[in-house]
Amino acid sequence: MSSLQLKQISSLIEKHEEEILSDWMRSQRGGSVFGGAMPKEGDLKEQSRALLRSLKEAMAKAASIDITTPEWETVRENLAATSRSNARDGASPTETATAIFSLKQPVFIKLAAELGSNPKELSEQIWSFSALLDKLGLYTAEVYQKSREQVIARQQQEMMELSTPVVELWRGILALPLIGTLDSQRTQVVMENLLQKIADTGAPIAIIDITGVPTVDTLVAQHLIKTISAARLMGADCIISGIRPQIAQTIVHLGVALGDVLTKSTLADAFAIALKRTGLAIATNHSA
Amino acid sequence: MEKIPIMKIDTSLLVTIQVDMNDSLALELQDDLSDRIVKTKATGVLIEISALEIIDSFIGRMLGNITAISRLLGADTVVVGMRPAVAITLVELGLPLAGIRTALNVERGLAMINPSSGGEGVDGRGPL
Repeated sequence: MSSLQLKQISSLIEKHEEEILSDWMRSQRGGSVFGGAMPKEGDLKEQSRALLRSLKEAMAKAASIDITTPEWETVRENLAATSRSNARDGASPTETATAIFSLKQPVFIKLAAELGSNPKELSEQIWSFSALLDKLGLYTAEVYQKSREQVIARQQQEMMELSTPVVELWRGILALPLIGTLDSQRTQVVMENLLQKIADTGAPIAIIDITGVPTVDTLVAQHLIKTISAARLMGADCIISGIRPQIAQTIVHLGVALGDVLTKSTLADAFAIALKRTGLAIATNHSA
Repeated sequence: MEKIPIMKIDTSLLVTIQVDMNDSLALELQDDLSDRIVKTKATGVLIEISALEIIDSFIGRMLGNITAISRLLGADTVVVGMRPAVAITLVELGLPLAGIRTALNVERGLAMINPSSGGEGVDGRGPL
């Protein structure tokens, strides 16, 4: 679309702004655009007016319908704001995009009135404006998607931080209950946490409990072995506990070599061993 | 020129490495240490590396050499105070530190060398 054509449509919108706006509002509220959650009347009107205005101004200045150029920045901002507030009100990305598309008809009506005698030019203008609005509608869908991805990334980060605590069971005995799948990234975090805690507390024994780890394959075993090697280099030792019967079978079938790492099926057993190694014992108090 | 300090604690020697090692320093340390072990009839050597933030294969080799030399002279060697980041790097790089015993700090290191002097010694196992 040439910049001349854009300017023509821009002045058309300028001339019939109020009518186009109310036609557009009517289609948006007509029931064919928003299904369940309709944005509030006042909000919708404000958003549509701002969008229409910024669209008109951009089209007066822009050289083409490439909406990534700086002339379209205000339009992009308005689209992004509309997409986000609609998403908050519960509208789906399809509904938001359809609302943008529904601006086509009011403008087409006005174009037909102006250029009715020149069918060739009319069809060109209709096609170009349609292409432009398609881009704008798709842009709102993209913004929606990006903000979802941000939420997911943030939640992933939080989950990772939540699930690798190192607790001190007793003086000199640390416990690391692992929950969930163990991938390379998490292992890195887990390893650093554990080793730092060993350095901070000077605890010579750490019990790594894998009751909450659903599957143990060669990769997971490798990660565990790396962690234990690093701890031993520092001068501490590790016991693996929480080995379920299924896991034990899997490890043997896979031929994973755990070397001389001590393993126990329950945290209680591992704790008993740790106490013995540090020269402690739990005794019954008969006078209680 | 810097010299790496060697201190005597009971029947053990404590070596604290606080500066970057290079060839000449490493050789000098080996000389000094072997002399002192024989002179003081030391039965244990503690190498304290908590000030080292980076360890490369050179230092790894040097630690291995010192351990072997001390053992030949009749002294037990323990490396103490390794930083977590250093431990992780060594494991990731797969640098062989087989046969080197380690402890969390000087206290535990001493307990490992002199088990009869009491203290909470944990059976020091080598890296996997």
